[in-house]
Amino acid sequence: MTFNLTHLFRGSFSHGIHPAENKHFTADKPIRRLPFPERLVLPLSMHAGKPSVTLVRKGQEVVRGEPIARADGFVSVPLHAPASGVISDIRLMPTARGPRTLSLILDVYAGDPQEVLYGAPVDLGELSPDEIVTAVQNTGLVGLGGAAFPTHVKMKVPEGCQIDTILINGCECEPFLTTDHRLMLEQAADLVEGTRILMRAMGAKRGIIATEDNKLDAVEAIRKVLKPNDDVSAVAVETKYPQGAEKMLIKSVLNREVPGGQFPSAVGVGVFNVATTAQMGQLMPMQRGVIERVVTVTGPGVQRPGNFMVPIGTPIRWLLETCGFTGGARHLIMGGPMMGGTVSSLDVPITKGCGGLLVLSEHQLTSEEQMRRYPCISCAACVEACPMHLNPCELGRLAYKGQYETMAESYHLNDCFECGSCSYVCPAAIPLVQYFRIAKSSNREKVAKAS
Amino acid sequence: MTDSAVQLKTSPHLRGAHSVDKIMRHVVYALLPICLFSVYQFGLSVLALILCCTLVCVGTEDLFCRLNRRPGTVGDWSAVITGILLALILPPSFPLWMAAVASFVSIGVGKLFFGGLGFNVFNPALVGRAFAQAAFTVPITTWTPAMVHVRFREFIPSTFTFPFAIPPDLRPWMDGLAIDGFTGATPLALMKFDHIDTEAAELFVGTVAGSAGETSSLLILLCGCYLAFRKMLNWKIVASVLGSAALFSWIFWLKSPELYPTPLFTLTSGGLMLGAVFMATDMVSSPVTPMGIVLYGILIGVVTVMIRLFGGLNEGVMYAILLANAATPLLNDLTQPRIYGATRKRKRKEVKA
Repeated sequence: MTFNLTHLFRGSFSHGIHPAENKHFTADKPIRRLPFPERLVLPLSMHAGKPSVTLVRKGQEVVRGEPIARADGFVSVPLHAPASGVISDIRLMPTARGPRTLSLILDVYAGDPQEVLYGAPVDLGELSPDEIVTAVQNTGLVGLGGAAFPTHVKMKVPEGCQIDTILINGCECEPFLTTDHRLMLEQAADLVEGTRILMRAMGAKRGIIATEDNKLDAVEAIRKVLKPNDDVSAVAVETKYPQGAEKMLIKSVLNREVPGGQFPSAVGVGVFNVATTAQMGQLMPMQRGVIERVVTVTGPGVQRPGNFMVPIGTPIRWLLETCGFTGGARHLIMGGPMMGGTVSSLDVPITKGCGGLLVLSEHQLTSEEQMRRYPCISCAACVEACPMHLNPCELGRLAYKGQYETMAESYHLNDCFECGSCSYVCPAAIPLVQYFRIAKSSNREKVAKAS
Repeated sequence: MTDSAVQLKTSPHLRGAHSVDKIMRHVVYALLPICLFSVYQFGLSVLALILCCTLVCVGTEDLFCRLNRRPGTVGDWSAVITGILLALILPPSFPLWMAAVASFVSIGVGKLFFGGLGFNVFNPALVGRAFAQAAFTVPITTWTPAMVHVRFREFIPSTFTFPFAIPPDLRPWMDGLAIDGFTGATPLALMKFDHIDTEAAELFVGTVAGSAGETSSLLILLCGCYLAFRKMLNWKIVASVLGSAALFSWIFWLKSPELYPTPLFTLTSGGLMLGAVFMATDMVSSPVTPMGIVLYGILIGVVTVMIRLFGGLNEGVMYAILLANAATPLLNDLTQPRIYGATRKRKRKEVKA
């Protein structure tokens, strides 16, 4: 690690914001298992890439852990049955992303044990890096931090790149969410095991598990399972949003900058989420599939918030009822409050990429007075918040005038990763990041039309 | 639990605590102690001046909103700031009718002609002051002493000059009060034209002649600290203005100490402190880029000292800030920040937006 003055203190990127953490709702609640809901909804496309292809037909019985859909090509993953039961239907169902997608409806057998019977032990030490990548694809792992990008695709080191460090991202910089925190505390051994698998597959010499300094107990828990002089280490970085963005974390921990438009592999780093890595450590030795994940159900709108091990496909209505949803809230967010999306219906299922379900009550919403729009007063709060060092102030003005191409050509619009820090700090309540999304999609459409 | 109750919205779903009217309101709070000290120092006339400017500014804003049939913008408090600031940079003896005209020009020409809050190129209060400097040359350079014993019992005679009449000469009034040694000049003028130094402590606390609210550097700094602490004022602008002014005047003072003032005198005299803390930091008319902010501050500091030492006027803060305001779009454009992961030199903007 190059020496840098900032390393005397806790490392961090510059800029960023400090929203209220609100993690006290669930930070000390151990991960609990819930009984199975009566019915699971399993969209065939809950990951980025091509949808899976179903292996079952209507009326077929499946066993917990059994593959029920296969990957379609390299950028795709299979799907496994989260519970034993019968496939009652295959039809279009609403999802959190919006459009209805082809989904398997699984009616769960009452009283089904939660034990997983499927799987075949494998000696990971004998596998070549390429075989590990294939094995990871077979587990159906995707980025559990939210992006839901197939993990094995990220593990394939691009031609001409040398990966020296695996960075495990346990920052969880989104307010309210505590899934990664609990995972690091309770599944530290799996996490370290997963890190070692990633290091072997990508040829990296060291692994660093990084978390924010509001979770120092997690660092302690991980250090306990490390060997002396281990090539895996655990570090803490400053608690700041968006510390969990991979580009920011690489800067904070390694003081490297990923060039614009490129991937972390360009600077010799592979970044993976802790939940993904812990699942990898757990599933790979038995060659099992992803059938459940930890979800934080939290916010002032639920009476019994907590961290739960939830089968994939659980409808959020069932999950919310279990947690004592008061019904008065109107603001349901999948993921965190800074980057998560609101859901359109209570019938959408928990998918692999969903780590949090947040119910904000009425008073939590920004009050009418605070939402009042003003013209931009050039206060530069957004410029000082933008972790990418863009100029959201100027970008906002150009967006207002509809000059989307100038934004991309001269003001680095495409380097914006939509963390929302600019909109958060704007005293004039200008929806900056929302403007930028519109500008980006408009530019994309134009490019698509031109070609 | 009905689905129709679910609200759809795009992220982020949280917002920070600041809003425009809150920032503006706190600037007004920070200006109040300065107003109080100014009234304590110069008496009833300044009280009338502050009220007059504030009311006319708010009234003008309201009037223009009604004429344009646009929603009222008085609630954002920015007109109040302009009014108070304008009063604080006028001489205590300034006739009220002239102050009212200057206030009208501040808001009308300085702000609303450009499109209102957020679109003005220049600091509105300084536009009003510049107008007064050109239109009412004599009253704006007529100074009365601070701490006059009758200040809470009577107004300065020129305060209630009949509209569009020339204010009376204040010399007989000051002679009648038997104030010894007051020449009707500010410390800056004394220094410039007669090379008479004023005690640094007096300048710092502010018991000297000058514009209504610019005399106490100490109080202005304290109020500025409050705002900077609440993150409603960019301390980097203040630091670069004061730093560059001190450094620049220090060079000349080193060369010939008998001819030029000390850096400390430069910082504490005249309107530099008030200008640096409350007017250079006006968010609308200052740059947004980190580098631009520093250059903007340096420009103000250097031009102020240049005018003071070599110009025809003894005070240059106003013109320095107005000049820097005009340079703001250029500074913004020239100093685009280096972004994270930048690989090549920034492509120059082809079309001026």
